[in-house]
Amino acid sequence: MTALDLLRPPTRLRTAAEGSAAAPPADDFAAPWAERLLQPGADAPSGLRCGTAADPAQRFAVHRNNVLAGLSDALGETFPVLREVVGADCFHALALAFIPEHPPRQPVLAEWGAEFGPWLDGFVPHRPELAALPWLSDLARLEWLRQRCSDAADAPALPLAALAQRLADPDALLDWRPGWHPAAAVWRSRWAGLSLWSAHQRADPDEPVSLASLDLHRPEAALLTRVGDVVRLWPLSAAAAAFCAALADGAPLGEAHRLSLAEPDADAFDLIGLLTLLLGQGVLVAAD
Amino acid sequence: MSPRPTAPLRSPGPAPVGIGLKAPHLAEVFADGPSDGPDSGPGPGPAGALAFFEVHAENHLAAGGPRRRVLERLRGRWDLSVHGVGLSIGGPGPLDAAHLQRLAELLRWAQPRWFSEHLAWSSHGGAFLNDLLPLPYHAGTLRRVAEHIDQVQERLGRRMLLENPSRYVEFSASTMDEATFLTLLQRRTGCGLLVDVNNAHVSAVNSGGDAWDLLGALPGDVLAAVGEIHLAGHHAEVDSLGAPLLIDSHSAPVADPVWALYRRFAARLPQPVPTLIERDQQIPPLATLVAEARRAGRLMAAAQADRQADTPQPMDCAA
Repeated sequence: MTALDLLRPPTRLRTAAEGSAAAPPADDFAAPWAERLLQPGADAPSGLRCGTAADPAQRFAVHRNNVLAGLSDALGETFPVLREVVGADCFHALALAFIPEHPPRQPVLAEWGAEFGPWLDGFVPHRPELAALPWLSDLARLEWLRQRCSDAADAPALPLAALAQRLADPDALLDWRPGWHPAAAVWRSRWAGLSLWSAHQRADPDEPVSLASLDLHRPEAALLTRVGDVVRLWPLSAAAAAFCAALADGAPLGEAHRLSLAEPDADAFDLIGLLTLLLGQGVLVAAD
Repeated sequence: MSPRPTAPLRSPGPAPVGIGLKAPHLAEVFADGPSDGPDSGPGPGPAGALAFFEVHAENHLAAGGPRRRVLERLRGRWDLSVHGVGLSIGGPGPLDAAHLQRLAELLRWAQPRWFSEHLAWSSHGGAFLNDLLPLPYHAGTLRRVAEHIDQVQERLGRRMLLENPSRYVEFSASTMDEATFLTLLQRRTGCGLLVDVNNAHVSAVNSGGDAWDLLGALPGDVLAAVGEIHLAGHHAEVDSLGAPLLIDSHSAPVADPVWALYRRFAARLPQPVPTLIERDQQIPPLATLVAEARRAGRLMAAAQADRQADTPQPMDCAA
């Protein structure tokens, strides 16, 4: 299915009442617009006019510019570091390629962009100018998770009494499945996207980012948490990331620990330190 | 026939004014505003002069976190106006029921004083296009838009305000002008109107017409349904054929012709109407926007005072 197919309205039968109305059917006017608004080179629809000596095609282009520039800007708000890394012009070009294939499906633009990372996986390898940036899609996934954590529901941290009750029964501890906060997430990558993201966090946006000392060709993982309204990113070892990812999926503590031991850096895994972080950031909540 | 009073019966104070809430102003707004709930009186800073803030609904539909928190903090300190930009009321397709449900939920907890949307469409075939797109004005679209407004008002359990759009191009298929279309819609659905004076000006210049063809043509019963007024700045261009082209960019102070239209329109209104200054680009300091809003309040009060002084006696009394 192409983007144009997606934009085309579903075929529907017109009822007798609609067909007999004197006015043109209300259904007609938007389809030719929708087909052309996401295509930078397309002609204006027919049936448009404007007063005086103005050109309807130039007026239609105002709307197309509103649509494409507005969506490109909205995408950039969700992926600000990625935009900075590739530059505003390159980001806009990426957005213009992405938008017709994956336009927003509903009007809350902060919830649009889940497909951007996976789409980059397919797009980047075919573009020589992006070949040196194989980690772009994972950076997009990190920024997408950050956006989702920011807007996710609130949930109270696990009450101390509930924790005490669990600790009072050590034999059952390994079977405990703690709840996972809706505004917490785990990111894992073959690339050092967290270091890249961190390097771009600075008070003065005009300050240049030095990537010279950054080796991006190494795996990294992060825990995203939100306390109050502030989303924070914490570096995780591979073992800690495996542990967190298992808990986020609803696994019991014992299962999460077993999975963490399969990671190459398991020997250095500080389980108590990680649990302290999870409890301190309110990541563990009462199970449903 | 009683003699006309020589002076206004009463001198109305400034009409309620507001501005759109903008991220760069948040810290100052919350530092300045009344801090102990709605009864504590206005705060010392610029935001204390405002009666309300307007927010775009689609920016605050988050389940939690800062987008939701900001409304929780505003609510109760100022009146809220929730302005939707995504319902696609003017579109040919069915409304997005899931989105309408989320709006209903937002209005339920945020309890804004007004909810408004546009006479425009923005979604088609399941894609959201993120612009307020125009529709032809004829019997078929009138019926469809009226059905959509009925559905919205029923689902939200409140009267909505419908805003006149900025138009850049007209449809050959239109059979009625915007004043007629809005009048028929208002009477058919009982909705309120949000009259954007800048949009009226932009649309008129872009079509080679006169904004007063809309603002001067709305009849008295429809004027009584005007619940809010928007003022904003635009960006002026000339197209390649030399025709003037105004872009509704919200990127500048309110233009002089728009102030003049506002003053003239305010004198037609049967009561003072809350007025909002919109600014979405080139955002100035909070105090600058508040000063523009206060100017609107003074103009509204002055126009209303003139109207009371000038109200002619009904002609049929003499017959």
